[in-house]
Amino acid sequence: MKQPLVKIKGIYKDYQLPKKFLFQKAPVFRALHGINLELHHGTSFGIVGESGCGKSTLARIVMALDEPTSGTVFFDGQDLFNMPAAKLKHLRRNFQMVFQDPYGSLNPRKNILGIVAEPLDTLKEKLSFAQKKERVAKILTEVGLNATDTDKFPHEFSGGQRQRIAIARALITRPSLIVADESVSALDVSVQAQVLNLMMDLQEKYNLTYMFISHDLSVVEYVTDQVAVIYMGKIVEQGTTKTLFHGPLHPYTQTLLRAVPDVNPLNKKQKNKPVIPLFKKTDMSCPFIDRCHKATKTCVDNAPELLGNDGHLVACFNAE
Amino acid sequence: MFRTLVEILRHGLKNRSFIIGGSISLLFFLVAFLSYFWTPYPVEDINIADKLLLPSAEYLLGTDHFGRDILSMLIKGAGNSVIVAFVAIGIGIGCGVPLGLTAAAKKGWMDELIMRFNDFTFAFPSLISAIMITAILGPGSINSIIAIGIFNIPVFARVARGAALSIWKREFILAARSAGKGRFKISVEHILPNISSMLIVQTTIQFALGILAEAGLSYLGLGTQPPMPSWGKMLNEAQTFMNFAPQLAIYPGLAIALTVMGLNLFGDGLRDVLDPKLRRSR
Amino acid sequence: MALLQVQDLCVTLNTAHGPQEVISHINFSMEAGDKMGIVGESGCGKSITALALMSLLPRDSQTRGKIILEGRDILKLNSNKICSIRGNRIGMIFQEPMTALNPVKQIGAQVSESIYLHLKLTRKQTLERVSELMDKVGLPVSKFGLNLYPHQLSGGQRQRVMIAMAIACNPEILIADEPTTALDVTVQEQILDLIRDLADSSGMALIIISHDLGVIAQTAENVMVMYTGQSVEMGSTMDVFQNMSHPYTYGLFSAIPHVGSSVQLDRKRLNSIPGQVPELHLRPRGCNFADRCSRALKICKDKEPMATRVADHHQVWCYHPLTCEDKK
Repeated sequence: MKQPLVKIKGIYKDYQLPKKFLFQKAPVFRALHGINLELHHGTSFGIVGESGCGKSTLARIVMALDEPTSGTVFFDGQDLFNMPAAKLKHLRRNFQMVFQDPYGSLNPRKNILGIVAEPLDTLKEKLSFAQKKERVAKILTEVGLNATDTDKFPHEFSGGQRQRIAIARALITRPSLIVADESVSALDVSVQAQVLNLMMDLQEKYNLTYMFISHDLSVVEYVTDQVAVIYMGKIVEQGTTKTLFHGPLHPYTQTLLRAVPDVNPLNKKQKNKPVIPLFKKTDMSCPFIDRCHKATKTCVDNAPELLGNDGHLVACFNAE
Repeated sequence: MFRTLVEILRHGLKNRSFIIGGSISLLFFLVAFLSYFWTPYPVEDINIADKLLLPSAEYLLGTDHFGRDILSMLIKGAGNSVIVAFVAIGIGIGCGVPLGLTAAAKKGWMDELIMRFNDFTFAFPSLISAIMITAILGPGSINSIIAIGIFNIPVFARVARGAALSIWKREFILAARSAGKGRFKISVEHILPNISSMLIVQTTIQFALGILAEAGLSYLGLGTQPPMPSWGKMLNEAQTFMNFAPQLAIYPGLAIALTVMGLNLFGDGLRDVLDPKLRRSR
Repeated sequence: MALLQVQDLCVTLNTAHGPQEVISHINFSMEAGDKMGIVGESGCGKSITALALMSLLPRDSQTRGKIILEGRDILKLNSNKICSIRGNRIGMIFQEPMTALNPVKQIGAQVSESIYLHLKLTRKQTLERVSELMDKVGLPVSKFGLNLYPHQLSGGQRQRVMIAMAIACNPEILIADEPTTALDVTVQEQILDLIRDLADSSGMALIIISHDLGVIAQTAENVMVMYTGQSVEMGSTMDVFQNMSHPYTYGLFSAIPHVGSSVQLDRKRLNSIPGQVPELHLRPRGCNFADRCSRALKICKDKEPMATRVADHHQVWCYHPLTCEDKK
């Protein structure tokens, strides 16, 4: 099998919380808990989870914007956290990010040319102003904007257009990986569809690899080939989109899928019943134990490992 | 740049404190500029025969105890204040802003070091320390500029750091980092333009404070030296004649009060104009 | 007589481009126990409608038309009378529970605020009422206590406190403006269940505002679809969602990916509505949707469409409503 484009290996990320007392040791919050993933060329990998589960932290680590406490990320076989800064800077042209907030992710004081051309500085060769302008104009038309928009400022654009600008900026260095962190969740549905279609067209055209992070299950299902569900910093289930959405095994995935409100008012589907926690959560136990309706004694003392066959992995003792 | 200026004017002309403060400040700067080319009478000329005259057609605001024209002295004094405040602000911005930006960009021990140094200088009342510095370096305009300038540094460092820290949290900074930009370049290219409006507002306020400080130092005889007139010194000299020629104290006092008020009003108005959120709610 | 009747409501706000009509000719009526949904994209005027019902619009805005609550037009009342209605007869839940709660006040005090104001109970009775409310919204006093501060609660719990505040005086009408947009799906499900149960058990009329078609489908019995400050389609949720007639409603539906899409063999492109919502001062003369509509003819661009009845209780504001064949 071909070498994966991105290999995420045993990522742990701890954050120091503020001390409660002056001489106490600062408590540690474990945002990510041993994440292993492989992203293959030309595919879309979805990361799903609730707010605070660590999915954005993972995105920042894959983008080498944040260092993991332990573990590392291999991009095309190269260890991102074990290379000279200058080399990392040039490698950055191969992976770019599209952020969530179309209003906050573009510098309001820069014009579109300045914003979109910024990643070009990571290239080894230095481009002249005219060359830069030409490339920006070309990429703007590709994402459905006017080539003449280069002198405008972000506030002159609507939310959807700004997200197109953000995509243009991410694509200008012709990267192979795009990390999309909630990139369409701030958009209205009709605009969201336009941006999703654009992203899928671009994927086909440039054989892009997407790491698609979202809390919106229907969008993830629509866009991705593979999915991992994260709960409290751990992957609880992972598999191809089709198998995972069609036959979720982990109680958490099942809860998530059942919670999405259906647009068909006739379709009053089975609801999640409130769970009365039977067992007390400890450091050793399964993280989902206090919200799980299937929890048994085994789950108290051991955290389940991510196991399975045919690429459908689940971390649960009582998965069906 | 030109477009932003037009934009500021367009919104500013709807704001009352911007218009009033702006016109007073503009008048002050014009007068100060004028003083380098022309005053009604040369300010060094002593003419004892015409001493302590009341306002007349010849001497619009009267004369002082040496028979010097008060209007000319006020005009010259404005020019002197502007130079002192201007250079002192320059020192404050030139050193303070880079320090504040560095503190915000590096965090950690560098931040601690810069901010503790700031706290240290803030711990002394600025005028007292300015007196101390001029006492050590000796009186004179240049030394008073240095003294006032040094105390502008922590003010600008603090404002720059505070504003920069909030900009560092924004998503477009993350975007710039993922484009491979280093901390220095991000500070210059992304942070600075976004905090410039706060710095401009702070500048107008510090400018007013600088004029006050210069007047204070000159009043004590530590600032501008004779024969160069200055508002503070005029106040000092007027003190002796307070009982029979109070107008000598009133003119420079009014000049100081009006200028400081005008600059502060202008700063307030400018803050409202530059902050789009406030602008919308007005 | 209807509990609430909104007749020909128009709202004009002062904007950077001068006064602009942000809501035009909204009509609907509600009985006790009704659940109405208002759905639309950002800027369509759904939140302004809610604020108009609460008389919470900015002072320099103009409101025309009638909002008749139990026979009284609340637009004609003076500000004292409106205060006695707001919070008392109409309760409101906001989108962002973190900003809608006062961060330096304990939750018990915040919930009791409107009880003090409107019901004139004694201290003891107020306390009893508060604990009763907290039980109702699933934050029993025995477990949570009343002296917590908003930052000590999770997003869902904060929204529960908001709900307790909104229903504190047994209002006749509860307005929920995007009550779950800031929450995770699993919490959203719980909060929607809670709102629905409270409305069912107390006979409150519920107005739920959301951009999420799923939330509306599962909560509301009637729905009004809004676009650029106008209602474009209105009727029972069943009719509108099963048999959508306005091209905009249909566009919205086909633009969202559905859960289950990965099972289909060929992944189709999402249908998107071309273009974008026109800005307030650039709205066209005729139908506001005409520029983005594939069915628009000349008349659409010249004259605003009037309401057409498609079925009983199902109206659409369109010259060329979709039929069943069109959707295939």
